[in-house]
Amino acid sequence: MNIEITVLLIILLPLIGFLINGLMGHTYSKTIAGIVGSGAILGSFLLSVSLFFTAPEEGTVVTFFKFLEVGAFKVDMAFLIDHLSLMMLLIVTGIGFLIHVYSTGYMHDDEGFHKFFAYLNLFIFSMLLLILGSSYVLLFFGWEGVGLCSYLLIGFWFKNIDYSNAARKAFIMNRIGDLGFLMGMFLLLQQTGSLDYHTVFQFNLNSIPTSTMTAITACLFIGAMGKSAQIPLYTWLPDAMAGPTPVSALIHAATMVTAGIYMVVRSNALFVLAPATLEMIAIIGLCTALFAGTIALFQNDIKKVLAYSTVSQLGYMFLALGVGAFTSGMFHLMTHAFFKALLFLSAGSVIHAMGGEQDITKMGGLSKKIKITFACFTIGVLAIAGFPFTSGFVSKDEILLAVYDHNKLYFYLAAAGAVMTVYYMFRVWILTFFGTFRGTDEQAHHMHESPMNMTIPLMVLAVLSVIGGIFQFPHVFGGKEFLNDYLKPIVTNLGNGEVEGAAMKEIIILVVTVVGLAVIWFVTKKNYAVANFNGNYTGLKKVLANKYYVDELYEAVFVKPITGIAKFTDRIVENKVVDGMVFMTGKLVTWSGTTLRYLQNGQTGFYLLVMVISMVVIFIYNIYFKL
Amino acid sequence: MFKDIFIDHYIYLSLVLFCIGIVGVLTRKNAIIIFMSVELMLNSVNLLLVAFSSMFADASGQVFVFFTMTVAAAEVAVGLAIIVMIYRNTRSIDIGDANKLKW
Repeated sequence: MNIEITVLLIILLPLIGFLINGLMGHTYSKTIAGIVGSGAILGSFLLSVSLFFTAPEEGTVVTFFKFLEVGAFKVDMAFLIDHLSLMMLLIVTGIGFLIHVYSTGYMHDDEGFHKFFAYLNLFIFSMLLLILGSSYVLLFFGWEGVGLCSYLLIGFWFKNIDYSNAARKAFIMNRIGDLGFLMGMFLLLQQTGSLDYHTVFQFNLNSIPTSTMTAITACLFIGAMGKSAQIPLYTWLPDAMAGPTPVSALIHAATMVTAGIYMVVRSNALFVLAPATLEMIAIIGLCTALFAGTIALFQNDIKKVLAYSTVSQLGYMFLALGVGAFTSGMFHLMTHAFFKALLFLSAGSVIHAMGGEQDITKMGGLSKKIKITFACFTIGVLAIAGFPFTSGFVSKDEILLAVYDHNKLYFYLAAAGAVMTVYYMFRVWILTFFGTFRGTDEQAHHMHESPMNMTIPLMVLAVLSVIGGIFQFPHVFGGKEFLNDYLKPIVTNLGNGEVEGAAMKEIIILVVTVVGLAVIWFVTKKNYAVANFNGNYTGLKKVLANKYYVDELYEAVFVKPITGIAKFTDRIVENKVVDGMVFMTGKLVTWSGTTLRYLQNGQTGFYLLVMVISMVVIFIYNIYFKL
Repeated sequence: MFKDIFIDHYIYLSLVLFCIGIVGVLTRKNAIIIFMSVELMLNSVNLLLVAFSSMFADASGQVFVFFTMTVAAAEVAVGLAIIVMIYRNTRSIDIGDANKLKW
């Protein structure tokens, strides 16, 4: 099967799944809807695997048709198949498929089952456009498409007004970032005359002045800020937990939020020429990692902890990109996709077992009752905390090493963030699974392990979380860094590939990690494996638990004034001025009619008088004013 | 009093006749009197046309007078017919009584 058909099918299968489930889903049973939805993604995944092994080394562009041609600006419906896009492709379709299978179990009782699968397929389609597109235009199509699907899926249970508001908030914040992205695209187009990757990256980029390049990359990064939830555009992601858990796993952990990272890595040729922007990315990434980490320490909703954890981990990825370690960033993207999806799906399993309860103050002691979920969640926690040799350990340490070479202060802050990560993950793990059960008797009675279509994806992800580090295992421990070589044609990592004294540093990190994990385990076990847990906090902890009141700040500074302007515009400009002008025209006509009709009073003498006067006026006008 | 008759005299005469005609049209109530006034205005114009024709020795003035006289005659015929019809229907030729065609 040649490459064009493979690529075409990979992209179109999810779209076809969307159309079938969306248009006809209500006519057949949920089982068939699940099979259609999951089958489409399975097809894409299998084709992606075959593409992985058969695609040419140096990357090809598969063009289908000319999409747009305006003067010298040309955009083709074309897709770039190179190592970077193949890596993302496998992640998206693989994890997407697992989550589809999981959703057949999780959403089983929902009325809108087929609609859910239709939206999920549409999401995968948009994400594929994003990662496979061969120009910024196609990337932007996918970018907008995933934003739309995020809105549809977060607000899936739209009858609840809070969920709809959360969906709207996510979409609007995305759009704010998109404005920056568009500006970046426009500037790039102006400088290079094209938005096609091949043309742009072959362009003599050194001829573009650094200030302009900084502007372009900064604008592109603003788009990434919105999509990947960095400061200041991150508040939508915790609210996005209003959507069903599979949505949180797929979109807000593994795929959509990684689009920003992918975009930056894809454009690394531009970013390496703008060191100021890279520094800014590193700083914002670091601040986000720490900020979100501190908030996660005191959240009582299991999904919110994971949401802030995602924001924090995305901060780490951007920190890696900011110091020029693009491969490390992509690697962390991959491992994070594994363990964060695992954590979210396990959390969903817990919520399912608790009959919909998400508050960890009401959980506890679940380790004995839902053993498989417990095991999987534990593996996820170990991976994210960086237990030695899990995938999380390998990727996070690679980032830390790269940061150490760039700036020691960043390194210590990032390390502090890593400690926080361990603490809040252990906290939620212990509060949920250890200690004694703090919920109601009815919940204890109904508790059961999830069905197989939910636990098997969990187990697959658990295995991947453990062995995922293999792709970039450090030389020191006897591994081979496959990913470095794999992505070398596409990314230029700043800083030297071989870190000085790597062996020593790695050993230190290993020892520190083990000791740190042990210490934090004892501390959190003491604090949280308890029978009574009051989730109310006071003082500084309250500020953190209330997310530093950032939402309230945004509400006061941005939302209220703009809503005020909107209300003003509606009540006064729309109702009084515009409507006023329109009605005025009508009133004018009516008024002139009612006034002028008195000219027709039927009196012949009056008519004659008017005639005479008019004659005189015309006469005077012609004689006196025209001559 | 005057040795010659200058063109001014013709103009003044025509003007006076015209003004009398206008006053008559505006002031009188009887429809037939109004018609007479209109005829008076037309005739004043005819007089002026002929006077100028004579002054410039151009025959076009007199030819135009032919036209206006014909039109005047036709107009009187039609107008008097209308007045007769109005009288037959409303028993009055007072123009103040024909005021039904109003808002």
